[in-house]
Amino acid sequence: MFGSITTDMVLAILPEIALLVLIAVVFVTDLVVDEKRRGILAWTSIIGLLITMLLTAFFAQPGAEAETLWGGMLRHDWLAYVSKLIFLFGALITTVFTLNWDSVRFKGEFYVLLLTSTLGMTLMGASADLIMLFLSIETTSIPLYVLAGFLTDDDRSTEAGFKYLLFGAMTTAVMLYGFSLLYGFAGSTGLYEISAAIGAGQIPAAALAGAAVLVLVGFGFKVAMAPLHFWAPDVYEGAPTPITAFLSTASKAAGFVVLTRVMIAAFSSVQAEWQLMLAIAAVISMTLGNLVALSQTNIKRLLAYSSIAHAGYALLGVIAASELGAASVVYYFLVYVVTNMAAFGVVIVVSRVIGSDEIADYAGLSRRSPGLALVMLLAFLSLAGIPPLGGFIAKVLVFAAAVQAEFVWLAVIGVLNAIIGLYYYLIVLKVVYLTPGKDEQKALPTPRPQAVALVVSIVLLLLMGTVFAPWYQWALNSASALF
Amino acid sequence: MDFLLQPLNLVIFFPLLGVLALLFLKERESLARWVSLITALITFGISLWVLGLFDAANPDLQLTVVRDWIQVAGWNIRYAVGVDGLSILLVLLTTFLTPIAILSTWRAVEDRVRDFQLFFLLLEVGMLGVFLAQELFLFYIFWEFTLVPMYFLIGIWGGPKRMYAAIKFFLYTMAGSILMLLAILWLGINQGSFYLPDLIAIGGIPADIQYWLFIAFAAAFAIKVPMWPLHSWLPDAHVQAPTAGSVILAGVLLKMGTYGFLRFNLQLFPQTSVQLAPVMGVLAVIGIIYGAIVSYPQSDVKKLVAYSSISHLGFVVLGLFALNQQGISGAILQMVNHGISTGALFLIVGFIYERRHTREMDEFGGLWKVMPVYAVLTLIVALSSMGLPGLNGFVGEFTILLGAWGGGVANGPYGSYLFAGLAAVGVILAAVYMLFMFQKLFLGPVTNKKNEGLKDLSARELAILIPLLVLIFWIGLYPQPFFALIGPAVAKLTASFSGIAYLPIP
Repeated sequence: MFGSITTDMVLAILPEIALLVLIAVVFVTDLVVDEKRRGILAWTSIIGLLITMLLTAFFAQPGAEAETLWGGMLRHDWLAYVSKLIFLFGALITTVFTLNWDSVRFKGEFYVLLLTSTLGMTLMGASADLIMLFLSIETTSIPLYVLAGFLTDDDRSTEAGFKYLLFGAMTTAVMLYGFSLLYGFAGSTGLYEISAAIGAGQIPAAALAGAAVLVLVGFGFKVAMAPLHFWAPDVYEGAPTPITAFLSTASKAAGFVVLTRVMIAAFSSVQAEWQLMLAIAAVISMTLGNLVALSQTNIKRLLAYSSIAHAGYALLGVIAASELGAASVVYYFLVYVVTNMAAFGVVIVVSRVIGSDEIADYAGLSRRSPGLALVMLLAFLSLAGIPPLGGFIAKVLVFAAAVQAEFVWLAVIGVLNAIIGLYYYLIVLKVVYLTPGKDEQKALPTPRPQAVALVVSIVLLLLMGTVFAPWYQWALNSASALF
Repeated sequence: MDFLLQPLNLVIFFPLLGVLALLFLKERESLARWVSLITALITFGISLWVLGLFDAANPDLQLTVVRDWIQVAGWNIRYAVGVDGLSILLVLLTTFLTPIAILSTWRAVEDRVRDFQLFFLLLEVGMLGVFLAQELFLFYIFWEFTLVPMYFLIGIWGGPKRMYAAIKFFLYTMAGSILMLLAILWLGINQGSFYLPDLIAIGGIPADIQYWLFIAFAAAFAIKVPMWPLHSWLPDAHVQAPTAGSVILAGVLLKMGTYGFLRFNLQLFPQTSVQLAPVMGVLAVIGIIYGAIVSYPQSDVKKLVAYSSISHLGFVVLGLFALNQQGISGAILQMVNHGISTGALFLIVGFIYERRHTREMDEFGGLWKVMPVYAVLTLIVALSSMGLPGLNGFVGEFTILLGAWGGGVANGPYGSYLFAGLAAVGVILAAVYMLFMFQKLFLGPVTNKKNEGLKDLSARELAILIPLLVLIFWIGLYPQPFFALIGPAVAKLTASFSGIAYLPIP
């Protein structure tokens, strides 16, 4: 079935190979090193992830033509390449932010699970076959269920893990049923074969629309779009904050990559139907996410609802179902992952010191730590879509995609939502900058590795908002791999 | 380097040098004021150099810098700046008012001085960018960018209700401008360019779509101006802002709205401009009278001045939508006049607030006896604001009224004595509330003991006010040089309306 293995095939899965090696290294280190010196586990993961990113960036770059390798299981194209880099970046920053988190940083299993989940994501980004897709989604999700409930002495974390598991299991089952329908009608599990079968008119439209709904349930859960978002606020609040950051960025981006690929590659003949379904989901996600975020007092819950709203904005790009649309989704996630990582980074550093995630406790942050406050300011303004930050360009691109695809009404709803969004971001910034706090004189130090991660994120954020030609080229290459 | 040394780029980005210098100043707060003042003065100098290079007889964009910037999805987004008769005075107004406003903070801002100056210079970059950008995308970036520093200027250094005012200001403005963003995207996608001269040359937008695009742009600008009934953010923002913030807010930021109408709505959507001119005229007249009536009963001097802005800017909008030479030239000049007079009024209110920490009119009375210099200067500024002949306000308002009387295009409903007549009522009302305010503050006996020992204006305060007074007299007595700068560009603009017939609104 495989024939002979070529260099191309190996290079295509180079990130996965590197991650597997890293997982093994962390696993063994955890067994060998004694309890006190387990601090090196995090550093091993960080260095390993950096090496993996570099290897991926330089050696796993696909050619101009997309290839389907490994017996039709994996796709080697720009979308896979860029999304793998996004996931690895997310995992890297997440790991940096566990460095001063004592309840996890001595535990090897934490890093093994995190890396395994990342491995699943990189495979999700490249899957071209229903079976591969299902396996990679599960490889991503199962470690995340455990990680969300990792703090076993914290009831909210346990609850988060359990809730996430139940929701995940149910929606995955529904999605699997959709997959089986597709296989039954098309007689193949390969996405591109299914697409051909649909194109040839082998599948009745009703069955196809049904399958699309079932598949969308699974994907909708991964990206936390309404009406499949119920798990997100509780899980985000209860999970260890680095995991929340990972869930809301890399995991969501992975869901979107799969969503975009499957919808555009496999379901193009029932495009009008799924566009309508997703349009409704996008409107509900944006509106509900933003409106509920208005009344949040906990920063993690606020970011959870904001991330539901952002799933709604990004959906506009998918709905456009055009090259610009797909490119805008990729751009959106390039920016969104970096932005949210910076925002959660501040939350993590602050909550380690003040021991609270309540927004009210951020009062006076701008005097206690001007640097952290500035990162928060830039990240939140980017989320709100203010130039010259990356978030502005990302929003412009998804709105432009919607306008170009003649979904002007969706763009108008998106724009109105951006105003609501701005309000709660400003409320947080108000607390950070304008409200006087109790402990204003006490400095709030940022450990060096975390500071480096935050600075890198902010620099990327500014670059994505000002010189965006190279990033956009990535996004465009990824998009053209789909058409 | 060559790119940065272009005169217009230099004028926009020079304040960033000051920002950089401020970033490296750690704690030397008194130095921060000087760095900021000197930066602003040099920027003013550069803008005078731009004025020297500017050819008033040429109606087109000058000193343009056009560079390719972003290629996305087949659109070519360019970096394009340029100046013409429509914007040159506003650029000068910005660079002129900024150092004055900075000088006014010497005593007024004691907390986090460095940050204050930093935001102020950033704000100047944004404002200059707005007036000079000739590319819709670039314009939008500068437009939005001005919100952030202003949000902090109000939010950190403002009055007791500063947070409410800051957030309201940000949300109102953003709500309008993001609709404009959609319209900009539509233009870019369907007309294939974001470059303003290209878009004007391409033209040919169907009337019904022009109508919606006009409204989307107008939403952003009408909120900024602010036109009645979208004005409710203004009194809050003005009253809560620190003095320097109010000066810039009234002096420059509000003009961004009227300038937007002038630069974008009139030029991009001529057909709809002609059709909606009567509607805009009616809203403007309502604003004029409403602003004047609401100013009268205010007990807080600053609030009175804030509401009077709504009235004055009503005149500007009335003049713009007269769509003729007098109306538009008068409107541009009136933008400058309002910047000078209202800026001066806010400074005057700031001076008394620094002495007494109150702005309630009932607290004062008979100040003329205590502070004679202050009283005389206030009288001149107040008379200028209400349009006394011989001072600047009169020239602008009179030209606008002339324009409104004969405005509009053939067989349109605009050019009627009704608009001019009703607007003239606003002039009378302005005299009422301004003189009433002056009387309460300055005339009669000194009723409040706390006012007896007040010091008259210091040298610094005089240095702040005198440049403004010079301009008040100059424009009032000899406005010709100013009209000469505006004239050719306005003539070119009004010529574009000549072929358009008034049609019913779709």
